[in-house]
Amino acid sequence: MEYFVQQLINGVALGSIYGLIAIGYTMVYGIIGMINFAHGDIFMVGAFVALITFLVLVAIGVTALPLALFLVLLVAMALTALYGWTVERIAYRPLRRSFRLAPLISAIGMSIILQNYVQIAQGARVKPLPPLITGGYTLFESNDFAVQLSNVQILIIWLTFTLMIAFSWMIAKTRLGRDMRACEQDARMASLVGVDTDRTISLTFVIGAALAAVAGMMYLLYYGVADFYIGFIAGVKAFTAAVLGGIGSLPGAMLGGLLIGLIETFWSAYFSVEYKDVAAFAVLIVVLIFLPTGILGRPEIEKV
Amino acid sequence: MTGPLLKIEKLEASYGHVAALKGVDIEVNAGEIVTLIGANGAGKSTLMMSIFGYPRAQAGRILYDGHDITRVPAHEIAKLRIAQVPEGRRIFSRMTVLENLQMGATVGEPTHFPKDIARVFKLFPRLQERINQRGGTLSGGEQQMLAIGRALMARPRLLLLDEPSLGLAPLLVKQIFRAIRELNERDKLTVFLVEQNAFHALKLAHRGYVMVNGAITLSGPARELLERDEVKSAYLEGGRPAA
Repeated sequence: MEYFVQQLINGVALGSIYGLIAIGYTMVYGIIGMINFAHGDIFMVGAFVALITFLVLVAIGVTALPLALFLVLLVAMALTALYGWTVERIAYRPLRRSFRLAPLISAIGMSIILQNYVQIAQGARVKPLPPLITGGYTLFESNDFAVQLSNVQILIIWLTFTLMIAFSWMIAKTRLGRDMRACEQDARMASLVGVDTDRTISLTFVIGAALAAVAGMMYLLYYGVADFYIGFIAGVKAFTAAVLGGIGSLPGAMLGGLLIGLIETFWSAYFSVEYKDVAAFAVLIVVLIFLPTGILGRPEIEKV
Repeated sequence: MTGPLLKIEKLEASYGHVAALKGVDIEVNAGEIVTLIGANGAGKSTLMMSIFGYPRAQAGRILYDGHDITRVPAHEIAKLRIAQVPEGRRIFSRMTVLENLQMGATVGEPTHFPKDIARVFKLFPRLQERINQRGGTLSGGEQQMLAIGRALMARPRLLLLDEPSLGLAPLLVKQIFRAIRELNERDKLTVFLVEQNAFHALKLAHRGYVMVNGAITLSGPARELLERDEVKSAYLEGGRPAA
């Protein structure tokens, strides 16, 4: 029982990170119908920007932890958003009226470019970050097993839920959120009523990248390492999460992220660590066979 | 202002290699209701959408209030107070009636919103009853009212209507056409109306154009067009146009 609760906590923390990345996949899919394969690498860039910002802050003597965390969060979100915007601008927008596969291929190209760029600029070796947030709480203890909730996990779960609430509110209630939904439902009609669809699409990439940056920072704090390749596997997992939850659905992305995190964690805990990725993807296959639109996805209905 | 509010000159457009518009000339003066009639597939809806650049004109010009808008992006055209009720209505189906009307007000002044929405609800009280219902769950007639209401939220100077009568019960068609006349007479709204329902459209309009195969074949005061034999046989008595 104690072991189970511990894995539950670990799974939710990991799933939060996947969920934040999955939102970027699902938003972009919803609005322009493409899978942004470079999104995982945007997450990786976010982790690196966070790492570099931490080191710079330490070098200039900003050591108060809450302040440093807040600054790193802001810088990582801003710079990574700029990367997201740039990728859309140079690799996808010129192909907007091209055939459907063109932006997809371009996205794979951007993914390779970002990986190689970071590899060359930062080196291929794994970059460590000394644990900044230490300690935690022992929730309960018995049979020689203590259930721990670390401060990093608290931060990750709290930050994810805060961001998701803010983000859902933004989509449901603000002008920008309404414009984004309009573009998703009928981009041409949205432009007829005066929505600048190119700008709305750009902002979608900016927001998706900013959320991925938060995920990147949390990954860095949680695992204490980053390298140029972390975006690939995390990206594929988050993409799986988005499909599992129902691609195009925002609550689906959050739910899918949590599920993938939990599946992976429990499989590692009870079966084998080596096959944790196999477990996550096997669940995806099963879901796609029986629920092709994902858990919360809508079936494609012909508009009348 | 001198000259017509909307002037389309020798407009040509195509889908791929298929020519859809072959040098169309149309003028709409401020304060008028002008209708464009023609058979299915004649290019009427293409003309309507090409005003917003879908598809872009390959030759010819579109002038609005004397300015060339042929290459202006669609969302900038909306800011010039041209609103469209497009073919198939294109309601945002997963948005509520209120949200659809808010979308219509995208180019409007936020301070005008309460007054404008009250005006739409006065014109179509049905929409007020359905304010929190999703657009996709409305009936065809209600969706048409919503599409018109959404267009009116922009406080248009020029209203483009594409087949507002399509698929509606006769009583509803009457109601919609009465609303259009009211907007024209009371608010001096200029209307450009595309219709297959030639009889109703010509009764409502001041002037009319007949389109066959992507070209204008006839034009003149609506009353005269109603009397023309070609129009009668082709569009009013169930006959087919001699293409």
